[in-house]
Amino acid sequence: MSNGTVKDHIILIGLNHRTAPVEVREKLSFAGQNVEPVNLFREIPVVREALFLSTCNRVELLMVSREPEAAVEMSKELWGRTNQIDPALFEPHLYYFRNEEAVRHLFRVAAGLDSMVLGEPQILGQLKDAYRRAAERRATGVILNRLLHKAFSVAKRIRSETGIGSHAVSVSYAAVELAKKIFGDLSDKQAMLIGAGEMAELAAQHLLNQGVRKIIVANRTLSRALELAKEFRGEAISLEEIEDYLLKVDIVISSTGAPHYILTADQVKRLMRPRKLRPIFFIDIAVPRDIDPKANEIENVFLYDIDDLKAVVEENLAFRRKEALRAERIIEEEVLKFKHWLEQLKVYPTIVALRQKAEEIRRRELEKTLSHLKTKLPSEDREALEVMTKSLVNKLLHDPIIYLKNRYHQDGQQVVDLTRKLFNLDGEAPLKDQPPRVILSEELDELKKH
Amino acid sequence: MDLFFFKLALMVYAVATVGFFVYLYTLKSEAAKGAFYTLLLGFFCHTLSIAFRWKEAGHPPLTNLFEATSFLSWALVLGYLFVDRRFPQAKTLGAFVVPVATLLLLYSSFCPKEILPLPPALKSFWLPIHAIISLLSYGFFILAAASGVMYLIQERQIKKKRLGGWFKRLPSLEVLDRINEFSLKIGFPLLTVGIITGAIWAEEAWGSYWSWDPKETWSLIMWLIYAALLHERLAVGWRGRKAAWLSLVGFLAWVVSFFIVNLYLPGAHTYVEWHG
Repeated sequence: MSNGTVKDHIILIGLNHRTAPVEVREKLSFAGQNVEPVNLFREIPVVREALFLSTCNRVELLMVSREPEAAVEMSKELWGRTNQIDPALFEPHLYYFRNEEAVRHLFRVAAGLDSMVLGEPQILGQLKDAYRRAAERRATGVILNRLLHKAFSVAKRIRSETGIGSHAVSVSYAAVELAKKIFGDLSDKQAMLIGAGEMAELAAQHLLNQGVRKIIVANRTLSRALELAKEFRGEAISLEEIEDYLLKVDIVISSTGAPHYILTADQVKRLMRPRKLRPIFFIDIAVPRDIDPKANEIENVFLYDIDDLKAVVEENLAFRRKEALRAERIIEEEVLKFKHWLEQLKVYPTIVALRQKAEEIRRRELEKTLSHLKTKLPSEDREALEVMTKSLVNKLLHDPIIYLKNRYHQDGQQVVDLTRKLFNLDGEAPLKDQPPRVILSEELDELKKH
Repeated sequence: MDLFFFKLALMVYAVATVGFFVYLYTLKSEAAKGAFYTLLLGFFCHTLSIAFRWKEAGHPPLTNLFEATSFLSWALVLGYLFVDRRFPQAKTLGAFVVPVATLLLLYSSFCPKEILPLPPALKSFWLPIHAIISLLSYGFFILAAASGVMYLIQERQIKKKRLGGWFKRLPSLEVLDRINEFSLKIGFPLLTVGIITGAIWAEEAWGSYWSWDPKETWSLIMWLIYAALLHERLAVGWRGRKAAWLSLVGFLAWVVSFFIVNLYLPGAHTYVEWHG
């Protein structure tokens, strides 16, 4: 049927960190394949639009097709074949979403609601990249363009209207957030790293990113200290020098493997006078702890151990989960809006046809009239006629179009069919005017006789 | 005319207060901006009200409790605008200061407002100088106290490891401490000059620099507290909690000196006798 009743389906197939182990995810990401996945899927004849998203936590294929079953089967087959993996192997890990569900899923992904770390912002950038790649290869069309732009704006709206992205949800970020609330501006502050370890180094890196002036690294083995100091462009010192440096630095990240406290509360207390009571922030991520917890009671000393930071993170996550509920409500609202747009899209061909037909008639009739006139009209009069006929047509069509758009939600295809018949939009050969039957006088006489 | 603008200022301040509370709750920068401009408008009305009253009375409007409290509220807002420009990181300060300015103005609105002829003792060149400088210093002490309260709340959140709404909404300890110090460094010299000009005026009016009247005594107590705080800050490097507490003690002395002494204890500053 060419009368605008064919339906475009939005299809999303994919797998993520919840449905599939990383071994499966990485096999489907086209990593190391010398093809652009978007091009590949776009070449499937029944696929009208395509977008391919691959991150470390998810691989998803978004398509628009008028034959959804065929599109799914063919793309799956192609997906497996190109990556040399039997579709039966990844089939159980896949999720499928269609239309409204696909829209909802995409919105949730964009807002970080489907991410491993709830509300993380990177996914939005990755989705934007994926869209750019697809758009550059002309793999997206009316529907995906609109859908993706909508997804970006929904994500933005959720970020500004809910607290989904606020509050640090990793130990090292939580430590940096605290440092900022204690010191304000970090650009004139120095940090000291005692011992090493992944988390401590991550925290040091975050501090550097936030503008900390200098990182001092103390380590049992000086070579390791030198190595780290080079990495952070800082200064390496030996463990014996720590006490001197404690007078200078503002933030201390401690993670040694020492079996006992390396700093007692008394030691810290004695620091404060020569420090002129400048505040100091200890981040003790060692287990067992490096710094006597009593130090937290000293004025201008702030001490957080790993459990404190984990509790902060847990609390922040709970907050994000609460905010996620509000985000879901926003998503429902936006899914509904998008659904309406999609439905309107279905009546669009009809509206376009209607307008075209009216415009054609208008132009033809206008030309006919003008050419029949004896005097040639000056151009402003012609223009006035143009305007008048145009507004006549527009005003006449306004109500049917509104009716079409609004009633489509209730009555569906019926309205479209009615409109197309009423205005004869599909007539291959336009119907001939049936002249009213002229009753001849003889016939009339005949009738009278009977 | 002056009372019209006075009432207008009071209403606009009340709206600004609500705006700052909304900002404190939502942390939306539009709210902060709205509240700030509302406050500016209120400040403009307030300034007009004082100017009109000065013109109408023919002498500085600083001679009774209504006028003094209204001017103090004006000085506090002026000080706040000053601090706000200097410490833009501390936008939530407004939610602590502007309500105080509004309450001061509200309080003054309940005082008798008639313009009375100036008592002969007050007819002096020192009246505006002494009163304006002293009241300005009070404005900065209130700012110091407000930032001190915020510091104590924030410090408690961090020490108790409760990083909830307050932690998020209040500025960093460092900024709060610097606002406290900044206000003190302006307020203290002003208070010193205020006391000295008061003494000179007293000598001219009554022939004695210092007569231990209650207002003088309490001002001296205030001066000593703030002097101690400033000394500890500059010489010993006091900061943070102790400094915040001491600025609150100074604030308490001010409350006694301004509300209790002025109203109930007889002396040169007792406003009751002028409208009693």
